[in-house]
Amino acid sequence: MVSHKIRLGADIGGTFTDIALEVHGTIYSTKLLTNYTAPEQSILDGVEIVTRDAGISPADIDIIIHGTTLATNALIQRHGAKTALVTTEGFRDVIEMRTENRFEQYDLDLVLPPPLISREDRFPIAGRIGAQGQELSPLDEAALEELADTLVERDYGAVAIGFIHSYLNPAHEERAREILSRKVSVPISISAEVSPQMREFERFNTVCANAYVRPQMANYLSRLQARLKEMGAGCPVFMIHSGGGLISVETASECPVRLVESGPAGGAIFAADIANRFNIDQALSYDMGGTTAKICLIDDFQPQTARTFEVARTYRFCKGSGMPISIPVIEMIEIGAGGGSIASVDVMGRIQVGPESAGSEPGPACYQHGGEQPTITDADLILGKLDPHNFADGKILLSIDNARQAVSRDVGSKLDLDSDAAAFGICEMVDENMANAARVHTVENGKTIDEYVMIAFGGAAPLHAARLCEKLGIARCLIPQGAGVGSAIGFLKTPFGYEALASRIMSLSSFNASAVNALLGDLRGTAERFVRAGTDDRILFEVTAYMRYAGQGWEIPVPLPNREFTESDKATIETLFRERYVQFFGRAIEGPEIEFVTWSVKAQDERPEPDKVALDHEGTPIEAETSRDVFDPVAGAYRPTGIVPRDTLQPGARVIGPAIIVERETSTIVTSPFDAVVQSDGAILLVRKGAAA
Amino acid sequence: MRDMDEIRLQVMWNRLISVVEEQAMTLLRTAFSTSVREAGDLSAGVYNARGEMLAQAVTGTPGHVNTMAEAVMHFIAEIPSESMYPGDTYVTNDPWKGTGHLHDITMVTPSFKGDELIGFFACTAHVVDVGGRGFGADGQSVYEEGIQIPIMKFAERGEVNQDLLRILRLNVREPNQVIGDFHSLAACNDVGHKRLLEMLDEAGLDNLERLGAFILSRTHTAIMERLEALPRGTWSNDMLTDGYDEPVKLAVSISISDGGLGVDFSGTAAMSRWGINVPLIYAKAYACYALKSVIAPDIPNNAASLAVFNVSSPTNILNAERPAPVSVRHVIGHMVPDLVLGALAQALPGKVLAEGAAALWNVHISARPTADSEGRRAEVLMFNSGGMGARPTLDGLSATAFPSGVHTMPIEATEHTGPIVVWRKELRPASGGAGKYRGGLGQIIEIAPADGHEFNFSAMFDRITAPARGRDGGQHGAPGSVTLDDGTPLRPKGWQHVPAGRRLVLQLPGGGGFGEPNERSREACESDQVKGYVTEDRS
Repeated sequence: MVSHKIRLGADIGGTFTDIALEVHGTIYSTKLLTNYTAPEQSILDGVEIVTRDAGISPADIDIIIHGTTLATNALIQRHGAKTALVTTEGFRDVIEMRTENRFEQYDLDLVLPPPLISREDRFPIAGRIGAQGQELSPLDEAALEELADTLVERDYGAVAIGFIHSYLNPAHEERAREILSRKVSVPISISAEVSPQMREFERFNTVCANAYVRPQMANYLSRLQARLKEMGAGCPVFMIHSGGGLISVETASECPVRLVESGPAGGAIFAADIANRFNIDQALSYDMGGTTAKICLIDDFQPQTARTFEVARTYRFCKGSGMPISIPVIEMIEIGAGGGSIASVDVMGRIQVGPESAGSEPGPACYQHGGEQPTITDADLILGKLDPHNFADGKILLSIDNARQAVSRDVGSKLDLDSDAAAFGICEMVDENMANAARVHTVENGKTIDEYVMIAFGGAAPLHAARLCEKLGIARCLIPQGAGVGSAIGFLKTPFGYEALASRIMSLSSFNASAVNALLGDLRGTAERFVRAGTDDRILFEVTAYMRYAGQGWEIPVPLPNREFTESDKATIETLFRERYVQFFGRAIEGPEIEFVTWSVKAQDERPEPDKVALDHEGTPIEAETSRDVFDPVAGAYRPTGIVPRDTLQPGARVIGPAIIVERETSTIVTSPFDAVVQSDGAILLVRKGAAA
Repeated sequence: MRDMDEIRLQVMWNRLISVVEEQAMTLLRTAFSTSVREAGDLSAGVYNARGEMLAQAVTGTPGHVNTMAEAVMHFIAEIPSESMYPGDTYVTNDPWKGTGHLHDITMVTPSFKGDELIGFFACTAHVVDVGGRGFGADGQSVYEEGIQIPIMKFAERGEVNQDLLRILRLNVREPNQVIGDFHSLAACNDVGHKRLLEMLDEAGLDNLERLGAFILSRTHTAIMERLEALPRGTWSNDMLTDGYDEPVKLAVSISISDGGLGVDFSGTAAMSRWGINVPLIYAKAYACYALKSVIAPDIPNNAASLAVFNVSSPTNILNAERPAPVSVRHVIGHMVPDLVLGALAQALPGKVLAEGAAALWNVHISARPTADSEGRRAEVLMFNSGGMGARPTLDGLSATAFPSGVHTMPIEATEHTGPIVVWRKELRPASGGAGKYRGGLGQIIEIAPADGHEFNFSAMFDRITAPARGRDGGQHGAPGSVTLDDGTPLRPKGWQHVPAGRRLVLQLPGGGGFGEPNERSREACESDQVKGYVTEDRS
């Protein structure tokens, strides 16, 4: 039923706005530069282009699905509302004191990211909830009455409320909102609603972030809806959230922090949909663009999710240098490695790549736009991976001389390497960095990376995917069609979904079935309400408990059956926990108590199963008509390499590596250990020579 | 071909660092000990067959990292190579051969490729309990501080030493957690070993020799270049710290010559009768950390970069001899950076930060129901930090651990671990030393027993009698204080009582300022006022 609809996906990214329109199974897409002063304009322009291409009118669109980086940008660039934080007396500085840690131990001149809300805008109020949810001291309502006047006087544009232990008992936060809202007309966000999870720094920061971007996002979303209506597109608009589901515009306006990282989430859903179609139950999505690479694990066609993440990292993508946001999110690791990442040599003579990026302006040295520092793209060009006359659809003429000059000056001469070897070193180092990050990420999740099939998209990914697979021991990599606007296409596949979370610490030995059933009932109700805003279809629920041995600090997600529990489920849950623990850490432990920390219910509408297609690993070998010398990392030397235009390839063709499959926006490098087989839908499967299907 | 070789060795160096990072992450995720899992009090590293450290995980804290660099040598000395087998794991908590007190368990695993011993993996973590008096300064000798595990086999050919576990089980207060941590430590070394073999196979190498030589020679060249750039000479410094019951003087002289950087603690006070003594291995770890952070922050920690530091001392509180009590060696150990940097600042004027709170203000709380009530007993450990000294071009970081690399824990999590209520944990205004750049602020913490409970706590605090001094005209930071909420003063060290209905009030010290206060920019002064970082009379 859903597939009959005409759906439009719009992804506003930092540089580009991608639009994808699906009309009866056919996809029309376009890419526009993001308009920063009026982001909705880029969407309107895009809608016009794709509807014209498809021969329909905007009024024919049944649903618009939108993801945007605007909330993320507001946090990174700190241009949100003037926000006040009302917090528990004695805890005024939680968001400023952070974890009391230096994320880089050897940098004595370290600068910590300033708190989102400055100290003079944080207002402590007496009243305290205890660790069992009981009231330890009453809320100071008189002080709140006075504070309301101050907030009005000082002309705040938004208010956040974050009290200690409110995830257990929101009464004080709710009452405070009630009192303040009698006088304060700006939106008030409370932490128990935005992020009902334990750990005050994360929760307070999340509610602050929500309040901070709320006026701006609400304003943008209402403008967008109005303008779409004006152009005739009166259909409902839904927003993709960081957890990879859809929420209504109204919900998004109240809880815009859920929109952070929604673009990358679309990419992961794009990959998950492809994994589902080809029945790949362990997929690793790998998205590499101009400035960063992102990696996500997709098991059983579901992108992996987490309860918390970090945005706006200020220090070389270093863990701990950003702002923690505790909301359900598709879990991705981000590495400062993209086509524009800059290479240099450190004091030990080691080649370093990124995270600084030359971006699109001035861009890599080979663009001849004034960029002088060597980048990944320059190295790729020197090694023959890019055709200088056929880059970005021939729009940019690349200069090999410029690339060689930059690589020699900043890397080669310092290590006594010629520019070929230096370029190889740069590529090896960036591929190694990505491989290391992917490996550590899978270890953290108790998984084994070489069992995965990679799904590679984004402009730079097909250039590096094969080598990355070699380093990770991965035998198969799929490069889908439409990889350039992957996120926007992913939006079209996104289910109506919402994950509701709540922290409730309880030991397994004192498992209280009726309390758990009541809590899960609430969470189910919350999640379902959000999903029902968009669909009447059947809803599927997933229940997860985040559990640990008492005394540990790291919880692991344990999927539980979606039903009422009885006291006798204690043993079942213990078994499920122990199985998961073994999966993560190798062996379970005897003795310690097991405990629950956080509960989650995820609701999403049931999607029609796509038509499944088996991966074709065989194909019929074809001869490349032209060839050029390309550097072979295995041989450590240049070798004649077949050049094959992607649009000449028919399904079933097998391209023998080493070869390069060229297309308008990028090239797929088939390294010598791999061959490439074109799939029925035009996707390219890189398959290791001799690998069993 | 030489070119390719260079690049491949560089790539493998990178990979080796990733291998130890995986090792550390495994420990972080599986450990029971609060200080490991929440606070990152751990370290992990890889060594060549001679026991020279080649790489260490970024995750970890300096006191462990640099001590562990040497610990492996002791294991090699005591366990003959002919009795090392694949599947073995060795252990100790010897303060003089490990990382300075009994709470730290160090495990070393030989890495075999086929029959050849190619190297070692080592890791260290602070466990919740080792028996004895518990974590605190009250012991009169190391024998009172807990069970001592000599360098021995935790596992031989994969078989865990059950006798050791049985002895442990009977000697520690939280046997499940402690034994769980022993297994976590062993498992993390196994992860490192497995990854190393995969890497060597992929690269077609038989052992770590070539890669190790490459890493150490590159590092040696880089660190020697830095050494050459330093002025030659000898500089000295001394400072007072609170001690247990009387102030303790620390003294150092550093000498920079072509051969390296010498650090000598002559002139430092004699050993204490209390558990605040520091084994030299730990004092050395923090001296190296501080000096390296100033002169070579970008050069990785390994045997070659640490080799330029020569640390010596006659027997004294920074080179305590067995059987001195050493349980809270971190308090004075954390002062060592301020001590040696004070000397280095004379060699490198204008380049070295001011003194800070330095020692963590750890609180170990032992809570119980009052005589007439029902309730629960629990041990609660909190890590808290005062202000860091102002830097030559920046204010000091407020409430931030330095030199230690640990984190604090959320108070919401802390309150779940035991019957206490944290009523306040926020910045302490006017505690940063004035200067062109202001010292970091300390913090104020108020902790009460939950209704119907009382608690004892182990004080491990410093900078109460001797505040952090400013540099180049900067003023000193506010000293710390420990009291009850009714004003009753408490001692900076040792176990003390907080009755039901009272609160423990900790005022953590601020960092010293840098440069003359009247040179502070007007914007910075105004911002301090608006934010309430200073109070009227102090600005």
